Amino acid sequence: MEIKLTLNGKPLTASVEADTLLIDFVRAHGCYSVKRGCETANCGLCTVLLDGTPVLSCSVLAARADGHHVQTLEGLQDEAADFAAFIADQGAEQCGFCNPGFVMNTVALLREIPDPTDDQIRAYLAGNLCRCSGYEGQLRGIRNYLDSRKEAQA
Amino acid sequence: MSDTRFRVVNQPVRKKDAMQLLLGKPAYVDDVTPHDCLVVKVLRSPHAHALIESIDSTIAAKVPGIVAIYTWQDVPRRRFTTAGQTYPEPSPYDRLILDRRVRFVGDAVAIVAGESEQAVDRALPLIKVQYQVLEPVLDFHTAKDNPILVHPEDDWQALCPVGADNRRNLCASEACGDGDVDAVLADCDVVVDQVYRTQACQQAMMETFRTYTEIDAFGRLHIVSSTQIVFHVRRIIANALDIPKSKIHVEKPRIGGGFGAKQTVVAELYPAFVTWTTGRPAKMIYSREECQTAGSPRHEMEMHVRVGANKDGKIRAMDVYTLSNSGAYSEHGPTTVGLSGHKSIPLYTTGLEAFRFVYDVVYTNLQAAGAYRGYGATQGIFAVESAVSELAERLGIDPITIRERNMVREGQIMPAYFNEPNNACALDRCMTRCRELFGWDQKYPVRDMGNGKIRTAGMAMAMQGSGISSLDVGSATIKLGDDGCYNLMIGAADMGTGCDTILAQMAAERLDCSIDDIAVFGADSDASPYDSGSYASSTTYVTGKAVEKACDQLKQNLCAIAAGMLSCPVENVTFTGRGVRALDGAGEVSLADIATKSMCGNTIAAQATASHTSPVSPPPYMVGMVEIELDTETGQVDVLDYVAVVDCGTPVNPNLARVQTEGGIVQGIGMALYETVTYEPTGRIMENSLMQYKLPTRLDMGKLRVEFEPSYEPTGPFGAKSIGELVINTPSPALAHAIAHATGVWHRSLPITPEKVLRGIRHGQG
Repeated sequence: MEIKLTLNGKPLTASVEADTLLIDFVRAHGCYSVKRGCETANCGLCTVLLDGTPVLSCSVLAARADGHHVQTLEGLQDEAADFAAFIADQGAEQCGFCNPGFVMNTVALLREIPDPTDDQIRAYLAGNLCRCSGYEGQLRGIRNYLDSRKEAQA
Repeated sequence: MSDTRFRVVNQPVRKKDAMQLLLGKPAYVDDVTPHDCLVVKVLRSPHAHALIESIDSTIAAKVPGIVAIYTWQDVPRRRFTTAGQTYPEPSPYDRLILDRRVRFVGDAVAIVAGESEQAVDRALPLIKVQYQVLEPVLDFHTAKDNPILVHPEDDWQALCPVGADNRRNLCASEACGDGDVDAVLADCDVVVDQVYRTQACQQAMMETFRTYTEIDAFGRLHIVSSTQIVFHVRRIIANALDIPKSKIHVEKPRIGGGFGAKQTVVAELYPAFVTWTTGRPAKMIYSREECQTAGSPRHEMEMHVRVGANKDGKIRAMDVYTLSNSGAYSEHGPTTVGLSGHKSIPLYTTGLEAFRFVYDVVYTNLQAAGAYRGYGATQGIFAVESAVSELAERLGIDPITIRERNMVREGQIMPAYFNEPNNACALDRCMTRCRELFGWDQKYPVRDMGNGKIRTAGMAMAMQGSGISSLDVGSATIKLGDDGCYNLMIGAADMGTGCDTILAQMAAERLDCSIDDIAVFGADSDASPYDSGSYASSTTYVTGKAVEKACDQLKQNLCAIAAGMLSCPVENVTFTGRGVRALDGAGEVSLADIATKSMCGNTIAAQATASHTSPVSPPPYMVGMVEIELDTETGQVDVLDYVAVVDCGTPVNPNLARVQTEGGIVQGIGMALYETVTYEPTGRIMENSLMQYKLPTRLDMGKLRVEFEPSYEPTGPFGAKSIGELVINTPSPALAHAIAHATGVWHRSLPITPEKVLRGIRHGQG
């Protein structure tokens, strides 16, 4: 079947099988940031934005993206780099394999709740597993970013 | 609080690859290898033990796009091990790529290669296999001397004298000790005599096993794999395919986590065989289900501990017997088990008059175990630390006091640790600081919160090693580049831990330059100098020292080139970091000038390679304390606060050491409370996805606080010991201790799930 969508701002027409998953579709179109960590929608690694809303691309058919806007980390580099640098300053990226999904969900978090509490951060990102960092360094990074932003505004 | 002796070492610099990884740049096997290749998958056994009577793949082979289907009759008949260890491997040679006998639910039956995943997925269920189903050995207590043999084959072979005997289902066995344990125990006022059990936890690294293979322009097999051990992969694949090692080239890109899982050859076998046989590029990506059921998890162990002490709390004797379950194959079986005694008993060296450590490692028809962070120490420390806390309770002595009275001290010789000297040890300071930082005296008393919930605390000590003594080899090559910057080439594997960065910090320290002037390359079996690989907590300590030595040699070479340029004897010049200066002030040449000269009319290499091995394996130490809130109505245990104080010698990069510690603690909490491994009566693992196998999330974590109490290890680079494995060892015993203090019930079998806690409260037993 043929679908039309916008991938990272670029209009795209493509032919897909009815059972093609969005994760396989975007990876086939060069968006290698999108990772598969499980097959059961449990890890959060494959998070992309569908019309601005975070979804697990392993659980969305490519056909469902027909007529919609899909964004991956490839299309949000500048927005992500702002806070990612603070996570790097903690060493909390570690192996990096979970990073794109976690970073995408953090983009969504900061758009939805610009000044979240620590508990709101934990709750919003609860579906993003990380086996390396123990999560604490990622939280410190986001917290430091929020604090620095406040200082800059003050 | 950085050490003023250092400029780059001991600084919290960013990991060199941090921003690229955070921004999702393509860096891992499936991102950087071609997608126009054969897709390889494996048909897996539904039986725990069976002989394949016949395989009919004629229908499957007709599926459009199927290129090849291989069975046991197609593979070399030469046994090997997939354990990534130095040759001759302690793990017996008991594997074939495909075997007629299948030994666990998930064992490989056939390899299918096709043009697309869809084709392979269609073909797999069309392969018709007739099995002669055999009775399996599923209970590791009954495996030894069971009439059912997991490896009855005549060509099974143990290369090392590890006490293995395939006719007895024994993968390894040994007994060692010092003094008369039975006599000392008989003379003790109190003996704690208990059995502890740990489960076959999964590493659950986020990137599953995966490998790409192709034949290169020289006709060699080129393997790109997510592995911690490029050199061992080369040997293992050569053994498996029965081809010369020189025909194989292995490299690793970025690795999405390993934790020891990737110290075993897992996915590599199948695409390597397909490519070598068909000549075509191939790729295998393990599913999460395959990772959970046909991976290389922690060895399930049962430890019978006897600890004897006087009424005053002086610990006099320890007797540990470990029964370890290697599963269907031998990988890391003979070696993991040793740590369950040799890295737990030495914690109590001070007053110990006698110890005995005996073990059996058995084969069963369950998933083969492998290497997982902690490597046996995690299991042994759960048992010994739990036993010591039980002893403290029996004697009515504070658990910190009893440890302060008996813990190993700097300067002691450790009989249970191969008589190695304890040269650098801040365990005592870790204890004092942890007690203060955590607020032990306020948090340990059981507090009824009035809503059915109880708060209290538990604690544990831990140790590990730093590399395998007199065995592990670390190497580094450092060369001067055109513009006065350096390339550091290593064979160690950064699996996210940051070793590329910390080794560059060491080089920058030694060469008196910025870390930005060091580009790191690795690991590649053709291009890197030999390194055993990144495991056994070796990279910082062993490879780090090789970096130091290589830098010193390079400085000598650069001085020799510069002396020629300055027309003076080499004795009369000195390395300045920016270049080389004549001592008489007659001139100086810059690194860039030396680099240029090295490429024109020069015979002295502007590079140096050094290797290192260490006769000792200095233990890092730590203390962990945990505060919990336990719900007496549901059995739920929440971790409120975890404080760890760590002695890893000099923390080379305090940020990365901290995150290692935090990550290890959270993995340890998963092992202690959530990560269940259970089997159906057929031997099938029930927790075969991340839906059933519960990893800790952000919501499962309370506060985590980490501090360092550095010692200075004289044999380590810049005083460093290891950090990576140690940090997973305290949560299980600390949480079991806290739960026992809250409920009066000792849980001696992991994980301690809410069901078990509740049963304990209601029935008074763990």
